[in-house]
Amino acid sequence: MPASAFLEIGVYFLLILALTRPVGVYLRRVFAGERTLLDPVLGPLERLVYRVAGVDPRKEQGWKGYATAILVFSVAGVLGVYAVERLQALLPLDPDRLPAVPPVLAWSTAVSFVTNTNWQAYSGEATMSYLTQMAALALHNFLSAATGIAVAVAVIRGIARAEAKTIGSFWVDLTRATLYVLLPISFVSAVVLMSQGVVQSFAPAAKVTTLSGAAQTIPLGPVASQEAIKELGTNGGGFFNANSSHPYENPSPATNLLEMLLIFAVPAGLTHTLGSMTGKPRHGWAVFWAMSLLFLAGAGVCARAETRGNPIHQALGVDAAAGNMEGKEVRFGPVDTALFATVTTDASCGAVNGMHDSFTPLGGLVPLVNIQLGEVVFGGVGAGLYGIFVFVVLAVFIAGLMVGRTPEYLGKKVEGGEVKLAMLSVLVPTFCILVGSAAAVVSKAGLSSLANAGPHGLSEALYAFTSAAGNNGSAFAGLNANTGFYDVLLALAMFAGRFLVIVPILGMAGSLAAKKRLAESAGTFPVDGPLFTFLLAGVIVVVGALTFFPVLSLGPAVEQLLMAAGRTF
Amino acid sequence: MSKHAEIRLLDRALLARAAADSVRKLHPRHMVHNPVLFVVEAGAVLATLALLGVGTRGSLSFQLQVVLWLWATVLFANFAEAVAEGRGKAQADALRRTKTDTVARRLVGAAGDEEQVGSTELRRGDRVVVEAGQAIPGDGTVVEGIASVDESAITGESAPVIREAGGDRSAVTGGTKVLSDRIVVEITSEPGSTFLDRMIRLVEGAERQKTPNEIALDILLAGLTIVFLLATVTLRPFALYSGGDVSPTVLVALLVCLIPTTIGGLLSAIGIAGMDRVLRHNVLAMSGRAVEAAGDVNVLLLDKTGTITLGNRQASQLVPAPGVAERDLAELAQLASLADETPEGRSIVVLAKERFGLRGRELRELKARFVPFTARTRMSGLDFEGGRKVRKGAADAVDGFVKAAGGHLPEEVRRDVARIAGEGGTPLVVADGGRVAGTIYLKDVVKGGMRERFDRLRAMGIRTVMITGDNPLTAASIAREAGVDDFLAEAKPEDKLALIRKEQAGGNLVAMTGDGTNDAPALAQADVGMAMNTGTQAAKEAGNMVDLDSNPTKLIEVVEIGKQLLMTRGALTTFSISNDVAKYFAIIPALFVATYPQLEALNVMKLATPESAILSAVVFNALVIVALIPLALRGVSYRPLGAGRILRRNLLIYGVGGLVAPFVGIKLIDLLLVALRLA
Repeated sequence: MPASAFLEIGVYFLLILALTRPVGVYLRRVFAGERTLLDPVLGPLERLVYRVAGVDPRKEQGWKGYATAILVFSVAGVLGVYAVERLQALLPLDPDRLPAVPPVLAWSTAVSFVTNTNWQAYSGEATMSYLTQMAALALHNFLSAATGIAVAVAVIRGIARAEAKTIGSFWVDLTRATLYVLLPISFVSAVVLMSQGVVQSFAPAAKVTTLSGAAQTIPLGPVASQEAIKELGTNGGGFFNANSSHPYENPSPATNLLEMLLIFAVPAGLTHTLGSMTGKPRHGWAVFWAMSLLFLAGAGVCARAETRGNPIHQALGVDAAAGNMEGKEVRFGPVDTALFATVTTDASCGAVNGMHDSFTPLGGLVPLVNIQLGEVVFGGVGAGLYGIFVFVVLAVFIAGLMVGRTPEYLGKKVEGGEVKLAMLSVLVPTFCILVGSAAAVVSKAGLSSLANAGPHGLSEALYAFTSAAGNNGSAFAGLNANTGFYDVLLALAMFAGRFLVIVPILGMAGSLAAKKRLAESAGTFPVDGPLFTFLLAGVIVVVGALTFFPVLSLGPAVEQLLMAAGRTF
Repeated sequence: MSKHAEIRLLDRALLARAAADSVRKLHPRHMVHNPVLFVVEAGAVLATLALLGVGTRGSLSFQLQVVLWLWATVLFANFAEAVAEGRGKAQADALRRTKTDTVARRLVGAAGDEEQVGSTELRRGDRVVVEAGQAIPGDGTVVEGIASVDESAITGESAPVIREAGGDRSAVTGGTKVLSDRIVVEITSEPGSTFLDRMIRLVEGAERQKTPNEIALDILLAGLTIVFLLATVTLRPFALYSGGDVSPTVLVALLVCLIPTTIGGLLSAIGIAGMDRVLRHNVLAMSGRAVEAAGDVNVLLLDKTGTITLGNRQASQLVPAPGVAERDLAELAQLASLADETPEGRSIVVLAKERFGLRGRELRELKARFVPFTARTRMSGLDFEGGRKVRKGAADAVDGFVKAAGGHLPEEVRRDVARIAGEGGTPLVVADGGRVAGTIYLKDVVKGGMRERFDRLRAMGIRTVMITGDNPLTAASIAREAGVDDFLAEAKPEDKLALIRKEQAGGNLVAMTGDGTNDAPALAQADVGMAMNTGTQAAKEAGNMVDLDSNPTKLIEVVEIGKQLLMTRGALTTFSISNDVAKYFAIIPALFVATYPQLEALNVMKLATPESAILSAVVFNALVIVALIPLALRGVSYRPLGAGRILRRNLLIYGVGGLVAPFVGIKLIDLLLVALRLA
């Protein structure tokens, strides 16, 4: 691997490390209801929201109330997006006169955006009007991200509180996450992106005559405003089909770095918030380092595979020094693309700046595995933290027994109830991924969408269900997902992967909140320090690896071996 | 039970019985309690049907061997449980033999008439007479008389104990034998629920219920089983897509290798063996839950007297009055204590002999008469012929005695008395007529080895609190000497309860021992309450453990057993899960090497053929259960270290070890199978 790869990954990681504390402290202030710098501006607005919505901000909810609020809010969101998509031709801001979105696609897109997946089985510029993009899709870029943050904060409260009945108010957390966290950062980032050449326009697509005299249509739109929240909210749904590889979304290495920082900013900060809200800063850092360990390993493997390139190409005379440039933008190159792919799949973002489908098999394995591990390596906004919470509970339970006490997590006993809910939240995505892709590769409807045969085709189908169940939204491409089969099944996987995971996790939070806190002693299981960091990372890898080893060995693993032997698919 | 005939770990008769039981346990009604093994059994049935019926593909010998080893896996797991139960059953049989139907002499009416009834007809509230040589027909309380009782049937301890009406030594147990005297016992239990009955059910495991931790672990194992079920069931579609196929037999083999059969098979054996270990320390835990709770305890309340210190104070120093030689004081102190049979008195004689070689003398040759201690005089000593009187006793009592004889208590002696009391000792002043000779320093003596034990507990994260009726000064001095972390002085019974509540409110789990009726509320409130077998019925019912040896420090051993129990479960779970990595590397390339020859690269163990690879993994998986039975029964080795160090150590042994061991084991089995031409 070239030295520049180490440098790029290293600089990015150090920036994330530097952001973690300030973001974490700010998040704690926002969700503990403390005063922030933005209070004078946003305070009145926040109170107005509560008044209009009829919410009493002092009234907290138990975990069932909290979960119900999320479900009601999200189902309403799906219906709202669906309505706008179907009615877009009759609504304003449709300069290119796009027709109504077809029903099945509209339904799957609605689920996709409300679940923070942003799986796009369509080409945005040719399907969605400006109004749909802004009022329906970008709106849920904010709201689904805010929902994720709210769940994470509720989980932290559940850990921090003792003998409590409530874990916060969803309506307040949703409002504060949107107003105090997502809006201001997105606003500033959008302005910066615009300054770097990302377009922001309500004009219809530009019709130009090229130097050679041909007519070309260049789609425009309010891109910068959507781009910022696309990364910050780990949504990933691009304005354009080409997503962050499109020069109007991601014009330069500088914007590329900014976008990657936006993806990890809140998830990394939340580990600090976990530490500070529970009064165990070292625990927060142990979680941070476990995530970092997995991130660096993934980025390293992926960058190495992509910079080494494809021996088959090289045999045809392609310059080996360039690495694997198939499906990559020249302005990013193999390292930036590999890093972006790792970041976007560690987090449940799903934005892409290159074609994962064109990665070497090993390079493509990394994004796939990242999602299959549960997107807990920093993870989606909120989703990463509440996801790793499940693994923390499992690690504490298995290893906690080994110190000779009933396992306890920060003073709370981990018992049958918590283990049951933790296993449930692991099982749901596993079921969706394995059963979904198994159904895809043995049914005619599923097979007909695959662009490639052999192990590569398997990877494509596997990636689609993995991405949907993990609420990632990135695509391996090479798969025509806009068919009835995939639209319906993937939407189900997205819904289950989001809400059938959130509900048991909130149940765990509620159960922990209600428990007594036990005193700490020398006999208490330590959840900080390097030992716990390695244990946590180990549990995540072992659980993920044991679940997906067989199918991965028939997909990318065998493909890598075959590529070395000169075969391709 | 330690003092009963020791039941060996691998007794031949026990093993035969366990082998038979392991077949009997194949019944699905039994298997369904263990989700992991139930899946294995279902898989074994499926593979058997595949073998017998249609669709047999590949070598018959291979399929037959896989099927046999699948059944062996189930049998081995059953065997582990049966061996663990077998030891309890043997003990239960021994206990049952002592539970013969005795004839009871029931008192009827107020006149004290007797009637003969069978012991099983006795009801709560009946009064029975028991005389020397007779067995006590049921649990009860002595309401009249005093007797020495042989309790060896229950405790294994052959020395007789005294049981008397009133006070804290009134409880008797059915099945024990009166050796001397006559007592009247009021029966306190209904037939079938006596202590002996309960004990039999406990050791037999009939009342065994899954503990909270066991339930949680069961859920985890069931969850993992479902994960692996999904991974294997979906493998067939993936294989078909890839242009190959996998037979049901092989899929079952893969599934059985992956699901946590090691811990699933040994889980109940670990629990039973843990209870058994507690029992072999002569402690009767009323439930597995109580033993687990002992492992969680982080505050230990211990009574000072009898637990931390020897029950009695002992003379440790002689402080002469001004103008008196120490040897003269020793002589007078010895005289005053010659006939004093109290432990304090004897310790004075011993001290005099140690310091000055003074030998004991007969009262007769001294022509003296012993004056015993009474609550009124608070002194004891000798009256010689001719009117000489030697006394020892409390300072104010002796003060009165010397004044009556025309003397006085010197100021220096008063200061010595105050100093000794201040240091936590008991001062006894010695006087010869009107002359005060000096002071004897009686001290609480801390039992040997207590400081080390408390250090061990501290290392485990357990705080010890000493409970005593002494004043705070005395308490502090003994606490310092014994090395306890904290103490509660001038404690009344209700203070104990309050302290437990306070500790629990602070998030601590509290264990205590007790014997008196006064202790019952505290025993009930504590997370672990261990009652002494010598204690009252109320205390025994309030606690969740009874120590048959009545040795309060045994709580420490029970705590260690509780910890060991949980550690063993955790260690084998970790081992079981980390084993899977190697099994994947054995089986996955074997399954698909025909479709993708390049997958041979994953065959890192270089196993001979696909069939030998799969078979080796299955065989390893079955044999590892048998290999770990001794560990499950004995428990993993336990050292009193902090949680961090224990975790590091166990992760290394069972996590990393569990990762490496199967690579070696599977390879060896593969070599063996090839050598034997079995694959």
